[in-house]
Amino acid sequence: MWVRSSMTYRTSFAVTVLGNLLVTGLDFATILLMFSQVDTLGGWSLPEIAFLYGLSATAFGIADLVLGSMDVLGGRIRDGSFDTLLVRPAPVLAQVGADRFALRRLGRITQAAAVLGYALVAVDVDWSVAKVLLVPVMVVSGAAIFCALFVAGAAFQFVAQDAAEVQNAFTYGGTTLLQYPPTVFGKDLVRGVTFLLPLAFVNWVPASYVLGRPYPLELHRWTAFAPPLVAAGCCALAGLAWRAGLRSYRSTGS
Amino acid sequence: MGSARLYAAVAAGGFRRYATYRAATAAGIFTNTVFGVILVYTYLALWDERPHLGGYDQAQAVTYVWLGQCLYSTLAIQGGGAEKDLMERIRTGEIAVDLYRPADLQLWWLASDLGRALFQVLGRGVIPFAFGALFFPSALPTDVTVWAAFAVTLVLAMVVSFAIRYLLALSVFWIMDGMGISQFLMVTGIFFSGMTFPLNAFPDPYGDIVRALPWAAQIQMPADVLMGETSPLTAYAFQAVWAVVLLAAGRLLQSAATRRVVVQGG
Repeated sequence: MWVRSSMTYRTSFAVTVLGNLLVTGLDFATILLMFSQVDTLGGWSLPEIAFLYGLSATAFGIADLVLGSMDVLGGRIRDGSFDTLLVRPAPVLAQVGADRFALRRLGRITQAAAVLGYALVAVDVDWSVAKVLLVPVMVVSGAAIFCALFVAGAAFQFVAQDAAEVQNAFTYGGTTLLQYPPTVFGKDLVRGVTFLLPLAFVNWVPASYVLGRPYPLELHRWTAFAPPLVAAGCCALAGLAWRAGLRSYRSTGS
Repeated sequence: MGSARLYAAVAAGGFRRYATYRAATAAGIFTNTVFGVILVYTYLALWDERPHLGGYDQAQAVTYVWLGQCLYSTLAIQGGGAEKDLMERIRTGEIAVDLYRPADLQLWWLASDLGRALFQVLGRGVIPFAFGALFFPSALPTDVTVWAAFAVTLVLAMVVSFAIRYLLALSVFWIMDGMGISQFLMVTGIFFSGMTFPLNAFPDPYGDIVRALPWAAQIQMPADVLMGETSPLTAYAFQAVWAVVLLAAGRLLQSAATRRVVVQGG
């Protein structure tokens, strides 16, 4: 329904997709601006950073397309319209994901995939079978990790009803963080996003293997292949948080 | 005198409206702080590579980041201030009610947006800025007069920010839907105000162009006054000229809209 409604006004849809492409492209434009002044950042070259960016932004774009509407949940809880989702014979999570489903978010994925494509061509790597196979695995696992973050954020909104913006710090903040190499950040921050909130497995760790760079925090070599496991763990935890949130839900009763 | 009281009341209303959402404010502070930390690390890496890029040393670059986070919602860099309500009122036709009021439309919205901006700088801006000054190297003046000069550029920045958004929001009278305009505001605001990258560090000749555009009045000018990179009078002149030009253009467009356009009704 939300797809059909946005396709009704074709020009408007085209313009918003284009706008979305531009808005999300700004991150990469900033990186390009930085590289107009330097040759490396934190010891990484532009194609290498484009590789990190492409992986993180594509994974995030997929998660955003599927579950990006989660931030309207707080509003629905506040105005009481969340109740209508509960009585429908479909999983609540799927309904919230489909709520205001915005196909314009394809703009984000298009832009991210374009940067990833550029990176794959420009980066100086001896491609092996394992490395080639790892790229799609990273994108899918990364998307699952970001999806888990969106769901956990939504569960948090049951507790804090008008603090949807906290979620942005982790989702949008997370993808921004991963667009820069781990060498840029302080050790404690890198530790935090490796062991506490395992964002490093979206791209930093597996990309280090592909690019032949030292692993962040001197992790073991096999950790490059851990993203699917990490993603599964995150999704399980987020699922638990969601169920707990849903159980604690009290209607506004208006 | 009576009308001054009216606009003061409108501004106070704008202030109070945003002050109501405490959890949202706390969430905003948290998000701005997280983004500030990420940006600070990338800037430190960048300034490691190129010391004195854009005429800033590392401490100044870091201060620039925190000032940006402080002013992000204050100046509605990516939109979402009074112009959002204005566009909605034009779209639904409720603007007709506003036009009947014995108050000036532009001044009314300016007052309301200034009230909003004042709350955002106190409620959302100060804490990330203080956090940055405490935990990262920073270049803050000790001279009170510099802070006073900074306060003046900040008010001027608020007016220019409003003038840009008001002017663009009025176009909804003709195009009926604000989605595209909002997106335009977001792209230009983030990029040309120096939110993600200081305009001083843009490569030439783009640097000269972006520093002459009205968006430069928003983060770049207050930052340069605070860090003593430009004289306050130069900054005031730049900001005031753009404020006058944009407000006058807004006034022209407003009178054209109210004379020629048929308001949508239900």
